[in-house]
Amino acid sequence: MEAILDFFTEPLNYVFIQRGLLALVLVGTISAVIGCFVVVRGLSFFGDALAHAVLPGVALSYISSGGAVGSNLFVGGLGAGVISALIIAFLTRNERLKEDTAVGLVFVTMFALGIAIISSQGSYSIDLSHILFGSINGISEGDLLIMAAMGAVVLVTIAVFYKQFLIISFDLSLAHTLKFRVEWLRTLLLILIAVTIVASLQAVGIALMLALLITPAATARLISNRLHNMILIAAAVGVTSGIVGFYLSYYLLIPSGAAIVLTMSAVFALVYVIKSLLTHSRREAQPA
Amino acid sequence: MIKASGKSAMKAIPNIKQVHNGAALHVHDVSASYPGGLRVVEHVTFTVKQGERVAIIGPNGAGKSTLFKAIAGLIPFTTGEISVQGEDCRSSHAYVGYVPQQNEIDWSFPVTVYDVVMMGRARHSKWFPWWPNSDHQRVDELLEQLSLDTYAKRQISELSGGQRRRVFIARALAQEANILLMDEPFTGVDTVSETEIMATLGVLTEQGITILLATHDLGRAARDFDDVLLINQSMIAYGPPEQVMRADVLKQAFGGALRVFHQGDETIFIADQHAAGY
Repeated sequence: MEAILDFFTEPLNYVFIQRGLLALVLVGTISAVIGCFVVVRGLSFFGDALAHAVLPGVALSYISSGGAVGSNLFVGGLGAGVISALIIAFLTRNERLKEDTAVGLVFVTMFALGIAIISSQGSYSIDLSHILFGSINGISEGDLLIMAAMGAVVLVTIAVFYKQFLIISFDLSLAHTLKFRVEWLRTLLLILIAVTIVASLQAVGIALMLALLITPAATARLISNRLHNMILIAAAVGVTSGIVGFYLSYYLLIPSGAAIVLTMSAVFALVYVIKSLLTHSRREAQPA
Repeated sequence: MIKASGKSAMKAIPNIKQVHNGAALHVHDVSASYPGGLRVVEHVTFTVKQGERVAIIGPNGAGKSTLFKAIAGLIPFTTGEISVQGEDCRSSHAYVGYVPQQNEIDWSFPVTVYDVVMMGRARHSKWFPWWPNSDHQRVDELLEQLSLDTYAKRQISELSGGQRRRVFIARALAQEANILLMDEPFTGVDTVSETEIMATLGVLTEQGITILLATHDLGRAARDFDDVLLINQSMIAYGPPEQVMRADVLKQAFGGALRVFHQGDETIFIADQHAAGY
């Protein structure tokens, strides 16, 4: 019994691990909540692109602070993310350009710009892998506070505008007849996705960010038929997978980002199989 | 292929209805198009009294949906004016309930019948995820009235074609709309669902709700509607079915795609909808 308890409490003796776990609870919650809108609006590609598009901003902050991770990282990342989201919103207004084309265009341009910035700074040994794959153990108390503030902004905004976001996602014609400011709401949602990505960046990195957005939401969609329930379930899946993945990474000595993403995928697979079996057995029980 | 039957009568060319004061809907010289100039509808003028049913017919691409979207405020109109209950429509779209075409809705979206109908209440209580009790009561009433109460908790893809249309009618009523615009509700539904939808429209007409319905079903337009609006990009005719549903008038819109057969007293119209338009 004590051994089992030790299994969970032993890592918690380290302050950096406590901070990492707290960060994952935060990040798991907000990215799952925002991820539900990403999934129902079919914005997976946009989410992945935006995660990559923050690179030039992150790189500039990194360089200007002399290689230190800190609050500038959020500022730079957020700046690049919001600018990308606004350019995409601008290019796709009036359906002149298809959304996926505009997203792809902005995504590759920003990512290439980020690589160019990093490589131009030969004197700094920037650890690109920290940006790409995250560094959960390097989160400071200040980082954690900023992440908490960003998370609070995202969750409160979603709560306040929940009905409008639901309606613009489901049926634009109703949103127009109800006189909602559709373009404004759409842009706000894109900015919230950008904020979520930047807040989560240090925990999982650019490359695996998409998984935090879509896997818990996709899992929750299998279980729930209503958006608000889906959001609650996704948040639970996000937080649980974050914690489980973190312990796996500690004991199996694999990067935390990879461990968390694999845990999420395993939960999805498990729910998918159970649901298929239940549906199958229900069909067996009542032949048509 | 669409069949329609009606009594043959060959009289004068139909008159365009006179403008009524205090009409439920007044459309005057309206032209509208989608951004990019596609799907144009031009110079449409008609007036609908409260509680009337109007069928809008015309070949594919005639601009039926464009006209509906202009009336519902979903696309801007370039000329003319639209007034709803005597008010300029730019301030009164809330009176207009729009029931979109089936293929414009994502049926896999995680919402139940209850959720969709509740969306109609979002004009007054638009903040935070919860709703006042009065809205819950109104939605319960509407679900019962449209015989949807037993399906309230179903996800919307688990419904028949007729039930799906009724959900969106209920949502329009939840908006307290008194004009209902239905864009091709009979497309892709079986005859049972079609009968259900017509029965629902009967209930709405009794409540004084004005109904505009776009359809390819010329027979139904002739049988079940007070007036018929015939358009093919511009307005061809507007009036009671016996004035509009005539071979010479219909041919102006459908052209060679319309075939007319006479069988004794009955006239049968067959419009090949795929060949028509543009």
